[in-house]
Amino acid sequence: MTLEASPRPISQLPDERGRFGQFGGIYAPVTLLPAIEELIDAYREARQDPAFQAEFERLLRHYVGRPTPLYHAAKLSREIGGAQIYLKREDLAHTGAHKINNAIGQGLLAKRMGKPRVIAETGAGQHGVATATVCAMLGLECVVYMGELDIQRQALNVFRMKLLGAEVRPVTSGSRTLKDAMNEAIRDWVTNVRTTYYLIGSVAGMHPYPMMVRDFQSVIGHETRQQMLELCGRLPDAIVACVGGGSNAMGIFYPFLEDPEVELHGAEAAGEGIETGRHAASLTAGRVGVLHGSKSYVLQDEDGQILEAHSISAGLDYPGVGPEHSYLKEIGRATYHPVTDREALEAFQLLCRTEGIIPALEPAHAVALAVRLAAERSPGEIIVVNLSGRGDKDMHTVAQALGVSL
Amino acid sequence: MSRAVGQSRIAETFERLRSRGELGIIPYLTVGFPGRESTRQIVPALVEGGAAAIELGIPFSDPLADGATIQRSSQVALANGVTVRFCLETAAALRQLGVDVPLVFMGYFNPLLQFGLERFVSSCAEIGVDGLIVPDLPPIESDELAGLCRQYGRDLIFMVAPTSTDAHIQEVARQASGFLYCVSLTGVTGARDRLDEGVGPFLARVRRHTDLPLALGFGIARPEHVREAAALADAVVVGSALIDRIGRAMPDRQAEAARSFIEWLRSPLTSSTG
Ligand SMILES: Cc1ncc(COP(=O)(O)O)c(C=O)c1O
Repeated sequence: MTLEASPRPISQLPDERGRFGQFGGIYAPVTLLPAIEELIDAYREARQDPAFQAEFERLLRHYVGRPTPLYHAAKLSREIGGAQIYLKREDLAHTGAHKINNAIGQGLLAKRMGKPRVIAETGAGQHGVATATVCAMLGLECVVYMGELDIQRQALNVFRMKLLGAEVRPVTSGSRTLKDAMNEAIRDWVTNVRTTYYLIGSVAGMHPYPMMVRDFQSVIGHETRQQMLELCGRLPDAIVACVGGGSNAMGIFYPFLEDPEVELHGAEAAGEGIETGRHAASLTAGRVGVLHGSKSYVLQDEDGQILEAHSISAGLDYPGVGPEHSYLKEIGRATYHPVTDREALEAFQLLCRTEGIIPALEPAHAVALAVRLAAERSPGEIIVVNLSGRGDKDMHTVAQALGVSL
Repeated sequence: MSRAVGQSRIAETFERLRSRGELGIIPYLTVGFPGRESTRQIVPALVEGGAAAIELGIPFSDPLADGATIQRSSQVALANGVTVRFCLETAAALRQLGVDVPLVFMGYFNPLLQFGLERFVSSCAEIGVDGLIVPDLPPIESDELAGLCRQYGRDLIFMVAPTSTDAHIQEVARQASGFLYCVSLTGVTGARDRLDEGVGPFLARVRRHTDLPLALGFGIARPEHVREAAALADAVVVGSALIDRIGRAMPDRQAEAARSFIEWLRSPLTSSTG
């Protein structure tokens, strides 16, 4: 399929029904439909309201610390001996990951809609921490659903959320990870829909979340574009980001969708290897299906039952992916590559050693992919990596993987 | 009673209920729960107990509109190796056993999508499964499935909830066939102690928009609920309370437990009509 097959510019998607081509939509229980319509309307109004935009931008600047730097990783680039690698430093954002951009946008929307209670799902805990942070700042009640397994893996973030005043509810059903946390959050929303705002942490879920979260995260790409032009006088040759649900990737990709000369590459978690079946690479190894309210690529068995995902990184451990990524894959605008746990760990250490930057395990997947791509290119080429978060939360996991006892 | 040409088994059943002024009881049961073959014993017992129709649940790994009971029964069924194909085979076996009340599948969209929507709907027609309920497929996403159901003469049953706007209820009433599934409360499935206070006004609101039969579901668990619902709806759907009951019974007593549970639920109806 070619780009021309799209009936409207790709940056103008989704359509009114939340469709990116065949992907997306609103596959939701009937109880939620009025709340979803209300959200669609409220978001449309907010987006056109200069006061809302100004408040969003004020908080991004003074609370989050934006713009985040675009840093030329010269030493890393030299070591690879290929293209120049630039890092978009989302790890320097308040709370340590890009997740805060979206949490602020939606937190302001919840407040504007008069919803006193906010719920969220979290995997790695970064989105839970971001949501708890914003709720503390805006004075909203906050409940975070988190799989029991992730609670064990990310104890530090659980403690952070509690300090921030959030209630963390362990989810014991299913695989006890992110997908089950999302099921449980949706059940809470169905039950408390009149008072509750569901603050989804990625570009997944039913319309309008994939669009709305992308829009809030696209500040990453807008800044990157401007910074790139200032630093190098041109656009990058390629952009690389890790893809869990896909929000940091959509955030940096989106402002470049209409620049065909800029390649877009997503790094999916290949876990122990695609061939082992223990991975989280929905776009590489999944099939089109419906999960959590939208149609997209999904890891599933022959009978349409959702499979457990596996990744060393809790934030990528999700069997679905945002519908816009499925669309970008289908039309060939973006390319998605599997990156194993082991490759991510190597890249993690490489970045620590060469640049003095400890990345989160999620963007370590993007670094690994960037290293792979850069090695085959000339030093005149430029690759931007979205360094979506910092690695403090992953110290235990990495130590364990490297056989170090703390 | 013979069916008018083109009239569905579901429509016929509700007509009969209405002519008798009787509330129908529609048990919901996850296929392959508690044992893989249990459904074949339990459903005939439910019919003996007085069930007006049967909802057969197709298990899904991520049932996001369901509470703890149906989550668990779904997991048990999946562990028992239940697939969409097995659900169809079970329905066929029930028809062979002489079960002649309407059979309705309730299943989340993804397993049906993977099976193939046309393959699924045509199999339902062949076997004699009369209707479908897909809790995560709102009208806006249901064009294809609705078209197939029309083509194969099956009823696609839509849900409305207390949160539904009048506009939504109107829209659904226009597209629906068979009956309207009225969700009694704002929440997920699961047995409750009492009916939600809003049920009366909610059903009255739905009634203003449609003459279709109304089935009230979610939370129904006790004869008192049935007595209350009798004045408001054409039928009630009973799921979690039944599954809890069956789950607690010894394997050789499950069918009997199911039958006596339906009789118990129906007790306010039978005592008043003699
Ligand atoms: C630092 C970081 N990067 C990436 C992700 C993956 O999410 P997404 O694909 O939505 O950016 C997470 C999720 O927790 C994260 O914490």
